Amino acid sequence: MTYVKLWGTRGSVAAPGAETARYGGNTACVEVRHSDGTLLILDAGTGIRRLGSTLGSSVRRVDVLLSHLHMDHIQGLGFFEPLHNPDVEVHLWGPMSTTQNLWSRLARYLSPPLFPVYLRDLPWLHVHDVGVGEFEIGPFRVTSALVCHPGATLGFRIATTGGAMAYLPDHEPALGLRGPFLAGAWTSGFGLAAGVDLLIHDGQYTDQEYASCVGWGHSSMRQALEFARLAEVGRLVLFHHNPAHTDQQLDQLIHMELAQTRLRFPVMGGMENATLDLASSFSLSRT
Amino acid sequence: MMSPKCIEVVLTRLLAGYLATPILVVDPAGTLVFFNEPAEMLLGKRFDETGEMPASAWSTIFSPTDSHGAPLPADELPLMAALAERRPAHRAFWIRGMDGKQRYIEVMVTPLIGLEDRNLGALASVWETQP
Repeated sequence: MTYVKLWGTRGSVAAPGAETARYGGNTACVEVRHSDGTLLILDAGTGIRRLGSTLGSSVRRVDVLLSHLHMDHIQGLGFFEPLHNPDVEVHLWGPMSTTQNLWSRLARYLSPPLFPVYLRDLPWLHVHDVGVGEFEIGPFRVTSALVCHPGATLGFRIATTGGAMAYLPDHEPALGLRGPFLAGAWTSGFGLAAGVDLLIHDGQYTDQEYASCVGWGHSSMRQALEFARLAEVGRLVLFHHNPAHTDQQLDQLIHMELAQTRLRFPVMGGMENATLDLASSFSLSRT
Repeated sequence: MMSPKCIEVVLTRLLAGYLATPILVVDPAGTLVFFNEPAEMLLGKRFDETGEMPASAWSTIFSPTDSHGAPLPADELPLMAALAERRPAHRAFWIRGMDGKQRYIEVMVTPLIGLEDRNLGALASVWETQP
């Protein structure tokens, strides 16, 4: 069995406050945990701080998969407790670039004046440059591919015997289109998402908002629904919420989108602390 | 079902869709995976009608010949040279479009090389010109 817990669902910048408490104000962070104890963490937004404080001493290895290095996906890294504990084997996996390696690019943030600790002071870290391909972490087979978002950005497909999920937190597959999506083969991210049991996908904007943010690397909720339909996913979690959207607005927007779109699969707005069973329909709980 | 195209090729196609310059996109095997509307005018058929074309098909279907009328073998076409040698390539030559018309064209090809030195194919821009 594999469960998926959302620790941060907000996009762009943390948005704490009473008006965002239900969907949550922390930026991107998702826990994927297999029943054998293998722990993957998808992105290190501000949500990873709280996740790190709950892990307990039994966890000996953590694998953090970074989709890309925009601040809302790495800002929590420096505050992730296991990073500072040499007894925990922490592996950071993130997109390679054509110039510097991942270590060097992360060190731009994890060094003064932006952060008081140097990355080089954490020599027990394992940092892996990830390209396009597949690799295994415990029972998980991870497939990575570059997707449509400014700068080198990875999407991940994570498969295990209990099911498969895709994680596309920052993704603009509709960029440049003048109509519906092209065939799957010509759609960014399709190969990762096709047929998965669970898709976690960028749904930052309303269609109206998207019109003035084309090329910023994100999707409208409608586009996320259409992408999920094209990929024939089992379930969709809308993710990377606009920091300007309150809980009440998100409820209304998601309700309106679903009312206008006939879908064969369940959809939910990603809420901080929601826990999902990868293999079954939305067995949503919040802890 | 077609295999998913990598993002670099997807974005190249989208860019080509906005350009008035005739553009052809081939994959690493030389398969013509897309050409835009301005290129349709030169090739004499719509992409919708042809779909993808393997190199063995497109390298002969357009009957490429040099300025003296001698047939050009596939490996002397700039697209194939760019793919094989991973370098920009340029050449002017005659083709016969699928509408039966002879055209003299100049072709400039840029190989598409991605992260990890992955060979992703090539992008050809094409002009009709005078011999």
